Amino acid sequence: MSQRPLPPLVALTQARVLEFVREPEALFWVFVFPILMALALGIAFRSRGPQLVIVGVVDQAGAPAVVETLRQSRGITVKVVPAERADAALRNGNVELLVVAGDPPTYRYDPARTEGRLARLLVHDALMKAGGRVDLWTPRENTVMVPGSRYIDWLIPGLLGMNIMGTGMWGIGFAVVQARTRKLLKLLLATPMRRSDYLLAQMFGRLTFLALEVVALLAFARIAFGVSSQGSLAAVIVIAVVGAVTFSGLGLLVASRARTVEGVSGLLNVVMMPMWLLSGVFFSAANFPERAQPFIRLLPLTALNEALRGVMLDGTSMVGVSSELGILAAWGIASFGLALAWFRWQ
Amino acid sequence: MIDPPHRADRLAVRCAGLVKRYGRVTAVDGIDLAICAGECFGLLGPNGAGKTTTIEILEGLMRPDAGDVEVLGARWGVGGDRALRQRLGVQLQETRLNDKLTVRETLALFRSFYAQGRTVDEVLALLELEAKRESLVSKLSGGQRQRLAVGCALVNRPALLFLDEPTTGLDPQSRRQLWDLLKAFRREGGTIVLTTHYMEEAEVLCDRVAIVDHGKVIALSSPDTLIATLGAEHVIEFAVAAGQVAPPPQSLRQLPGVRDARVENGRVALIVEHVHLTLPALLAALDQHRTGLSMLTTHHATLEDVFVSLTGRHLRET
Repeated sequence: MSQRPLPPLVALTQARVLEFVREPEALFWVFVFPILMALALGIAFRSRGPQLVIVGVVDQAGAPAVVETLRQSRGITVKVVPAERADAALRNGNVELLVVAGDPPTYRYDPARTEGRLARLLVHDALMKAGGRVDLWTPRENTVMVPGSRYIDWLIPGLLGMNIMGTGMWGIGFAVVQARTRKLLKLLLATPMRRSDYLLAQMFGRLTFLALEVVALLAFARIAFGVSSQGSLAAVIVIAVVGAVTFSGLGLLVASRARTVEGVSGLLNVVMMPMWLLSGVFFSAANFPERAQPFIRLLPLTALNEALRGVMLDGTSMVGVSSELGILAAWGIASFGLALAWFRWQ
Repeated sequence: MIDPPHRADRLAVRCAGLVKRYGRVTAVDGIDLAICAGECFGLLGPNGAGKTTTIEILEGLMRPDAGDVEVLGARWGVGGDRALRQRLGVQLQETRLNDKLTVRETLALFRSFYAQGRTVDEVLALLELEAKRESLVSKLSGGQRQRLAVGCALVNRPALLFLDEPTTGLDPQSRRQLWDLLKAFRREGGTIVLTTHYMEEAEVLCDRVAIVDHGKVIALSSPDTLIATLGAEHVIEFAVAAGQVAPPPQSLRQLPGVRDARVENGRVALIVEHVHLTLPALLAALDQHRTGLSMLTTHHATLEDVFVSLTGRHLRET
């Protein structure tokens, strides 16, 4: 084994990596947790092929004929519902629409619900045809499956972004505060080590795992759910690196003053919680009011998720996501600079 | 106070008028020191006396509110700090090294910060930790951990080594091992500044000792000289049997060879020149008063006795 000393930045990074690898819990959160999350959400929201609408027919005179007609139609599941339970069935979403047989029949449904309106169209169409209506013409149908349009396709880039944020901030925040409480930072300060080397080593240590982390999640998504990127994988990696550097910087900033692990945990939650909700991890940020959008778009996790989705879902090039990368870089540079200035070493 | 001794050739550390306050508490209250190159200098005092604050100011980790510090001919905070740190070794009180790194990795990390110094294997040999080379820090005993901490301060062959309570909490054997390590460092011409509240440590290691109390240096000299200020080299301690009264200090001072007499918690301490002259006279005097003894010991006077005679308190009680 060579005895020539390593450059300090390399030695510090190596120490950080070894420390991380020897921490089994950290490995779980970085590698296993996001995969479990993808698995759970992927199963919960899997596509079931063409969806059937569930229609209830109130059990009374004339009902059997209606039930028979609807059973012949495609895309409809029919239930016979006792009259006294009809309202509850509709209210609970057990059925999307209730048909009350009669002349003419009555449709009861909630027009505010997409499923309700869909059920009305299908039921009406089926009953009309059975009643002898003749279509003017039959269209030629050309059904396609658009790649990348499923929820899981949309979810995976968000999970990737969330994981890059979480592991970066937790990993660095904890390591730094622990070193501070053990007075290790103070001891390092008594050596000729450059302070910026220590902070950079935290970032580089983080990047070492990033490749594995990204590959693990993407490979899992591909094998388990057939999720693939429309854009280049290289672009995904570059965005992930920029994101990881940015969130390492934010992690350092959040940990720059905290004296205890409890203190830094609270701060990390305060910083990350809004982004989990606002930045479009599990549901689109478009659900928030128009006036909040400019603010949401400036959040680093929003920028990271948008960039990842741009490449993975829409096949956008790096140039196409340059404004998102710009937002990330600005957050990264500003937080690293502030962290270096504010950092409490003892 | 400044007492540049015999080898006043070159000063490793000089400080004057150091003051450091924490809110209303004045931790360091005007300390002046002149420490020679090649010397082992001890700051001895009870907990809270200001030893750690003083040494951390000297190490450049803390700024004094007032006063002037020069270390190896350089000053802190004038642009040369990193160059100065290349020549220092620092061990801090209660630092816990990274548990998840091995001994070798820890030393290699610290070595990487310095332009020159020992190889990791040389340091391992010096610490006698070769067998623990690949052990995680978490698996080391307290003594081994402390030696490793001192080893981290020795990787660069420092000219000046700062140690803050290097053997606190160690068993006697580990303590002696660490002392041997420090003596070896001395033999190579290194300068040591250390704090301790163990008198024995100061007596074994230090050329000169500054006794610190309430942020001030209350005595400063070689351990032998400090002990000699007691006027005698031995201490006889005794206690009288229950229900009996010890002779008053004035009468005890009349006994042959007694320099001083103190009564404390029913125990009497006599500082004497020659035990073999005083002891028979003491026993005869007690016999005359028909006073029985419940305890009698004699020992060489130590820095503890010096501290007690200066402050009226023991070092370990605060």
